[in-house]
Amino acid sequence: MTASAVATKPAATNRGMALPSARRLLLWTGLAVLIAWVLVPIYLVALGAFGGRLGVFRWPKSIWPSDLSFAAMSQFLAIEGVFNALVNSLIAAGLTVVFSIALGAPAGYALARYSFRGQNAYRLLVLLTRAFPLAILALPLTVSFIRLGLYDTPFGVSLIHTVLALPFAALVTQSLFMGIPREYEEAAWVFGCTRFQAFVKVILPLALPGLAATAIFAFVISWNEVFAASILTVRERTLTAYLLRILAESPLHYRFAGGFILIIPSVLFIFAVRRYLFAVWGIASK
Amino acid sequence: MPARPSWIPYALIAPSVVFLAALFLVPLVQTIWLSVSAGDGLSLENYRRMAGDLNFALAVKNTFLLTLVVVPLQVVLALGMATMVTKLDKGRDLVLWVLTIPLGISDLAAGLAWLALLQNTGYLNSALYALGLIQGPTGWLSQETPVALFFAIVLAELWRATAIVLVILIAGLQLIPKEFAEAAEIFGAKPWTRFTRITLPLLKPSLQSALILRTVLAFEVFAVVYALGGRNFPVLAGEAYVWQNDNQNYGVAAAYAVLIMAISLAATAVYLRVLRTRPEQLP
Amino acid sequence: MADIVIDRVVKEFGSFRALQEVSLTVNDGEFVALLGPSGCGKTTLLRIIAGLETQTSGRVVIGGQDVSHLSPRKRGLAMVFQNYAVFPHMTVFENVAFGLRMQKAAAADVKRKVERAAALLHIESYLDRYPAKLSGGQRQRVAVARALAVEPAVLLMDEPLSNLDALLRLEMRTELKAVLREAGTTTIYVTHDQTEAMGLADRIAVMYGGKIDQIGSPLEIYATPATRFVGGFIGSPPMNFIKVRCSQGTARIGDAALPCPVTAESLELGLRGEDASLSADGSGLPFDVRVVEPMGSHLLLTGAIDGQLARIVAPPTAEVTAGERVGLTVDPARVTWIDSTTGRALARA
Repeated sequence: MTASAVATKPAATNRGMALPSARRLLLWTGLAVLIAWVLVPIYLVALGAFGGRLGVFRWPKSIWPSDLSFAAMSQFLAIEGVFNALVNSLIAAGLTVVFSIALGAPAGYALARYSFRGQNAYRLLVLLTRAFPLAILALPLTVSFIRLGLYDTPFGVSLIHTVLALPFAALVTQSLFMGIPREYEEAAWVFGCTRFQAFVKVILPLALPGLAATAIFAFVISWNEVFAASILTVRERTLTAYLLRILAESPLHYRFAGGFILIIPSVLFIFAVRRYLFAVWGIASK
Repeated sequence: MPARPSWIPYALIAPSVVFLAALFLVPLVQTIWLSVSAGDGLSLENYRRMAGDLNFALAVKNTFLLTLVVVPLQVVLALGMATMVTKLDKGRDLVLWVLTIPLGISDLAAGLAWLALLQNTGYLNSALYALGLIQGPTGWLSQETPVALFFAIVLAELWRATAIVLVILIAGLQLIPKEFAEAAEIFGAKPWTRFTRITLPLLKPSLQSALILRTVLAFEVFAVVYALGGRNFPVLAGEAYVWQNDNQNYGVAAAYAVLIMAISLAATAVYLRVLRTRPEQLP
Repeated sequence: MADIVIDRVVKEFGSFRALQEVSLTVNDGEFVALLGPSGCGKTTLLRIIAGLETQTSGRVVIGGQDVSHLSPRKRGLAMVFQNYAVFPHMTVFENVAFGLRMQKAAAADVKRKVERAAALLHIESYLDRYPAKLSGGQRQRVAVARALAVEPAVLLMDEPLSNLDALLRLEMRTELKAVLREAGTTTIYVTHDQTEAMGLADRIAVMYGGKIDQIGSPLEIYATPATRFVGGFIGSPPMNFIKVRCSQGTARIGDAALPCPVTAESLELGLRGEDASLSADGSGLPFDVRVVEPMGSHLLLTGAIDGQLARIVAPPTAEVTAGERVGLTVDPARVTWIDSTTGRALARA
């Protein structure tokens, strides 16, 4: 029995609209093509990253890995500025997580639990951010950031990244809190909690997985952002800004090493939040 | 206690309002201000310089062309993917995870991944060579091959950003009760009819938000283009970056920014109007 | 233990008046049910007593202390919620112990009281489980145990049985009555289910349109409804209302005559389906039977008295066929006379 035949069996029994096997074959062929379409470029950039100088210029290339080594990768990391850029990226992304949760989650809680005047105006402000190319707003900020000493710091970069992540965090946490019945909180109040105690003891533990997913999204948003990070830094570049700057003059295998480092956390993060992906985007795109 | 309007919700939203005012609304106004001020008065000088630049017409043309090709293709591709995935029972989660991986990948990294494939001594050329179609390493990403470069960018954009459309559409599909399609089937609707008459109309709100999101991002496209072609393929955001960082001319960069924002807002307005759903039409 | 005084409480949501000057006194140790259809204000009243809503005006006094503006945690009460609100991230033990922990009770005390409450509700065997692993009925028991563990002066219950299936509801109702009788806690119980209210409560307050229409023991409310609404809401089938003309103290319907009070312009005869019996000779109130439904314990007859819809309960063995006209014998002492214009019952003759 082939793998696809195994897969069809339960489907045929528990679904009314079972597909005939020819169409099932077609479906899996199509999906195989799509999966390859997603994975092959990642595989190839990995080969480029670990193939070294020789691998990159070998001609013609083989799609099978040969003479792989960490040499290229460790050389890349040893380049002046790369490690620093990596650290800056982590700091900026970490701060973006902190800011967007710290600012967005209370707003999400307010939207979920209270009805108040100005609620719709706030929602409009949040939605308005989506109609604008936000990273472009980094342009005028250069001047004020220089004046405030925020220019060329991961902190400054994280501020503009928070503008990107905050509306998202507010909308997602809103639905997160809406999903936690109000009665839990009321029960906690009745049984002796203050508002704050009720939040910490009852709401927070229940919201934690969702908050973690929101945090991961905020991290990825910041980690991946190129334009604003490039505009707002010169020496203290983030990894994306650094790679963009050296694109023209650096050898190919360094570019691939950089690309590979950029991709890895994303893949892991998407895996970590895959359960929330659709819920989160279903909400955030309303 | 909870339903009563009080100061608490205002205290909760205040920090984010202040933040968004300072880092969203203020720079928005600043950008517009910067773009119309030159020397010591108001003028359209920055816009004149922008429009007079050699790359300007090309950047406008390229950005629009890229958006008009990429966004519809992404929607079609994502609809196809979503339809296929919803037919799966086993392995659905795994397939979805793989298909959504690009969601977390930056445009720069995506450009680099496709560079590995498409560069002179890359895998595409190796394959073509093995098939005897080319004699040796061939350049696809230079100024001399604008069409090939364009297609390379389209491929990389499709690869990277179809996932977000897919996720939004699947989230939307999950909200459509199965009974509608089943009812249509009982009344004799064929799969294609069910798709066009039932699924698509009910999916309109999701399509709308996917289109708005993708179009706004497409007009911002920048890093993919740079990773693949450098400045060989000028786009609006790239020009803004060059004027700001290389030419240190903030006024012209701001003019570009205002132009991108104006186009984005116009596109959003069009989508909101064309794809509007009346509340009574929702299930 | 404490008594509760609700003093002219008004609640407005915008321009909508959910409660209009409601007053109610619940004695120490008494079990009072707030009964009414959805939207009558019963849950709002309960939430005001709990402190989860704030009244627009009026006072709530518990055990002699005015708690009108105290937060819920300072009112010394416990509550069982409609959807139980059993915390999903805590074990059953921690759920039951929650209130005690908030009071900073000593560990030994907590253990003892939790175990006692658990024994009372028969949930000792799953104290270390999480609520997700429990059935609806078991969660219900946890919610009640959590409320009783703090030994509250006042226990509030908001439709606690409405999420259970019919059989379980009956079982829990009986058990709840036994447990609460033993605990002797002052209890206010909100429900829209008349059988729950009748079965459990010492007194029932029937609410309608933001007001209490009648307060009384289950029997009083059933036998002598104070308003047309109470008569129609309580009892199954609901009370029949027949418009009659009353002249010189006698109402004539067909060839039957009933003594009637003469104080009102237009009158309605309120007649419970089980208070009329089929006369042997067809004399009495003429009743045109349209549908006969054998219910096992009785026959439910639907038809018309004087052209007005009525439902009558007959013995299961009675021989009645649809389309027949039968005569009903009515005991004048068991009918209610209602003033059509005010909807209120008239004083009995």
